[in-house]
Amino acid sequence: MATEEAITEHALTPGEYIIHHLTHLNSAGEKQTAILDLTVFNLDTLFYSLTLGLLTVFLLARVARRATSGVPGRFQAAVEIVVEMVADQAKGIIQHANSCLFVAPLALTVFIWIFLMNAMDLLPVDLLPKIWEGIYTTAGGDPRNAYQRVVATADLNGTLGLSIGVLLLCFWYNVKIKGLGGWAHELISAPFGAHWALAPFNLAMQIIEFISKTLSHGMRLFGNMYAGELIFMLIALMGSAWALDSALGWGLWIGQVLAGTVWAIFHILIITLQAFVFMMLTLIYIGQAHESH
Amino acid sequence: MNLNSTLIAQLVVFLILAWFTMRFVWPPIMKALDERAKKIADGLAAADRGKQELELASKRSAEALRTGKEKSAELLAQTEKRAAQIIEEAKAQAKVEADRVIVGAKAEIEQETLRARESLRDHVAALAVAGAEKILRREIDARAHAELLSALKQDL
Repeated sequence: MATEEAITEHALTPGEYIIHHLTHLNSAGEKQTAILDLTVFNLDTLFYSLTLGLLTVFLLARVARRATSGVPGRFQAAVEIVVEMVADQAKGIIQHANSCLFVAPLALTVFIWIFLMNAMDLLPVDLLPKIWEGIYTTAGGDPRNAYQRVVATADLNGTLGLSIGVLLLCFWYNVKIKGLGGWAHELISAPFGAHWALAPFNLAMQIIEFISKTLSHGMRLFGNMYAGELIFMLIALMGSAWALDSALGWGLWIGQVLAGTVWAIFHILIITLQAFVFMMLTLIYIGQAHESH
Repeated sequence: MNLNSTLIAQLVVFLILAWFTMRFVWPPIMKALDERAKKIADGLAAADRGKQELELASKRSAEALRTGKEKSAELLAQTEKRAAQIIEEAKAQAKVEADRVIVGAKAEIEQETLRARESLRDHVAALAVAGAEKILRREIDARAHAELLSALKQDL
């Protein structure tokens, strides 16, 4: 998408520009170096996911409060289409009507929330970071530390948080449907069969299955959105060649407009598809928790 | 790509949002959808019923039209018959009346004729007497031959 000038008065190199854009604004005030550090919060991810989450439930609640069984307005009709789609999928995958009462609304939330978080990718990559830089600099901070990442789903914390939430729900429904004993029995008797000698292997396979499901669930969304964001940044870099003020610079600028348009249009598909895939996998994993092996 | 507490916060937010949707969003929308589905089903059923009723009504109206036509045709025939009858009656009455008038007229004519003949006879008798008187002035006494004359008059 269109970008502000990538090369600022600080004269960032392209590498620095990318790294700057890929660094989170966190509570530590500097780039997190440890792989896992629970004392740190990514403030930008929290802000955008919370804002969009509240926007999601606000819009949905508005529709729900005014929901009429008569002729619906356009917005209600649009929400109804999504709700019916989710309800049909949930009903098809999860056979327990009682579970559907929670899982279907959960899937709806997941779909719309993730779609909105993904859609942040379509904003110009420099728009919100520049605004934040302005605020941060005005407050007396060093613009080099004015980090801002607007796509909450391009943060592994965001997507893994969701997928671990789904994992916990899987545990909950496993216990609820099969009972603690039933689930424990299933853990050591599937997939290889109920035999004491096979129990450790069964358990190991089950643990691997849960871990891989959760990781792939979170990583799939993260990977897609991270890569998409990165490509938007690379496209934005082309525009920075404007500063060269030569035929090459102008050519690259036109290239940015063309590539940015094409990628953004394609990305509309990706953000919708990834939100849908995440929702479907949520339903499928929770549905599996309802089935006995 | 570093992990931190954002993950746990995101998890909590996720569950709260899902709870909120389940509690406040899902039920009203599903209720509206179900109600609308029921309304549409009812509407379709009503439309079917209406169609059936319309068919029935049009059948009934066609039937009524048919009997009406039959009745009017019958009435027309009756009226025609009655009119013909009235004409016949009038004709018959007129003929009777005409006959009566003719008979009356004939009788009158006969009477007139009779009277005329009578007076003619008187006249002739008077003429005959006058003639005879002129011829036989002397010999014939009117009074003496009055009998004879009236017999003559009778013969005329």
